[in-house]
Amino acid sequence: MDLRKLKTLIELVESSGIAELEIQEGEERVRITRAVASGSASTVVPVALPAMTAPVAGAVAVAPGPSEPAEPEGHQVKSPMVGTFYRAASPGAKAFVEVGDSVEVGDTLCIIEAMKLMNEIESDKSGVVKQVLAENGQPVEFGQPLVVIA
Amino acid sequence: MAKNPNQLFGKILIANRGEIALRIQRACRELGIRTVMVHSEADREAKYIRLADESVCIGPPASAASYLNVPAIIAAAEVTDAQAIHPGYGFLSENADFAEKVERSGFVFIGPRADTIRLMGDKISAKSAMIKAGVPCVPGFDGAVPEDPKEVVKIARSIGYPVIIKASGGGGGRGMRVVHTEAALISAVSLTRAEAQAAFGNPVVYMEKFLGNPRHIEIQVLADEHKNAVYLFERDCSMQRRHQKIIEEAPAPGLSARALTRIGERCADACRKIGYRGAGTFEFLYQDDEFFFIEMNTRIQVEHPVTELTTGIDLVAEQIRVAAGQKLRFRQRDIVRRGHAIECRINAEDPYTFVPSPGRITSYHAPGGPRIRVDSHVYHNYFVPPYYDSMIGKVIAFGDTREQAIARMRIALSEMVVEGIKTNIPLHQELLLDEKFLRGGASIHYLEEKLAKRKQVG
Repeated sequence: MDLRKLKTLIELVESSGIAELEIQEGEERVRITRAVASGSASTVVPVALPAMTAPVAGAVAVAPGPSEPAEPEGHQVKSPMVGTFYRAASPGAKAFVEVGDSVEVGDTLCIIEAMKLMNEIESDKSGVVKQVLAENGQPVEFGQPLVVIA
Repeated sequence: MAKNPNQLFGKILIANRGEIALRIQRACRELGIRTVMVHSEADREAKYIRLADESVCIGPPASAASYLNVPAIIAAAEVTDAQAIHPGYGFLSENADFAEKVERSGFVFIGPRADTIRLMGDKISAKSAMIKAGVPCVPGFDGAVPEDPKEVVKIARSIGYPVIIKASGGGGGRGMRVVHTEAALISAVSLTRAEAQAAFGNPVVYMEKFLGNPRHIEIQVLADEHKNAVYLFERDCSMQRRHQKIIEEAPAPGLSARALTRIGERCADACRKIGYRGAGTFEFLYQDDEFFFIEMNTRIQVEHPVTELTTGIDLVAEQIRVAAGQKLRFRQRDIVRRGHAIECRINAEDPYTFVPSPGRITSYHAPGGPRIRVDSHVYHNYFVPPYYDSMIGKVIAFGDTREQAIARMRIALSEMVVEGIKTNIPLHQELLLDEKFLRGGASIHYLEEKLAKRKQVG
């Protein structure tokens, strides 16, 4: 299982209501556990993936705990370019947005740096920031989802 | 970027797509170099992408926003820590500005220096450089065609009709117009200038004698940064339609060894004179036993496999070695050629109307057997996107003789299955039975004449 796929699975677990996810692909098996604040029990359902492209979220039947955040619904702001993702204008500065902030169309959400130039990425939707999907300093590609706004 | 001649690169970014991207990737893997494949959204699911160590989506389907997107490609090299960028052919491979930006950003551009690309990209300066280097050129007027119509007429008269007007910023068959009579001259020049301005942003044109019945014979060269240059013999690419090559072969049938050695030496010498670096091709028109330089391609070419199969030299690997600062590992006398190789370009198009045929390949079976090479990125269920050129692969056949190569190619194409889209395989099968082709030595006009006749009859 390649690192990128693992990363996607981890992000999926983080952004969904699942507490624990176990996947078996042929000989390989992965279990991803998330610390659950509410302490409510969730069922772990081992899933055998028949094909690499089987959607993970749909295959797992788990009852999310009451205080766990629901799966993110909303508009995904995608990266318009290749570069390095930064949450703030400079190291140590306050992040442009945090989860829960209200944003308007045109508000700066983050910076993507490429070829020594900082590009401010503006929101194309008004609403509330539900998720920040990329990590500070992470390389991103064209079309990669960065922020979820609902 | 400091280069250690004992080590190639740690990681190469492949700034291209399709069969050439796969070809470059194969060379990198063989040399133990990690690969980064950039791709547009349209190519996201292509399986050859997954064979790379890393991949970066650089833009939406349109070429201008992806494979021609200089900042995106350089940014991709930055975020993946690549050391070098291989541009393949087409796209940015002969874009001097791109080569310059790549090097200024701290990466090695696998190809010649930016100023060499610029020199050869301007067809007028390329021709001047070749004349100075002793490479024979098509007779014509030296320099740009002036504005004064009286001068233009004088120039055409001194060359002798028919003449051809060519855009200096063009090349590859684009931005050209043939003039047979003086009456049509001035308007032809104006039209070509306008087209050149629109297509290349450069209205400068030049004028040459139009050769009536030439063959297209090109010389492959390889040069390192230590002033070593060799020629890897010739290829005959005369089977063309609208300046697009359809079948290529090596060696060129009926070419004397002496003539080839003479022109080859001139090309290698020209490389040394202009400080050429990497792989390149000198394109000539060959008529009445004479060679006439038309242009130089400063990149790897589509038809490189026929040279590889007859010389045993991996051209892409050599490009990478030269770019890493290594000396050429062979001298001219070490390069020996044997046998005959023929390449058929397989395009996703109607074999009679040439209308492109993108779509899903519902059934695919590649040919095989002795000395059959298939360079293709497609596979069963692959979706041929409509955004890029229609070539889906190349089939190359090698034989001890030209006859054997042709026979093997016929067999290979008869085994090949590509369903769900149309391909030009039926056209190739027809050409492989064509009397003139079988005799060898057909001119660059032959295929179009044949197609025109077929249209009239059918």
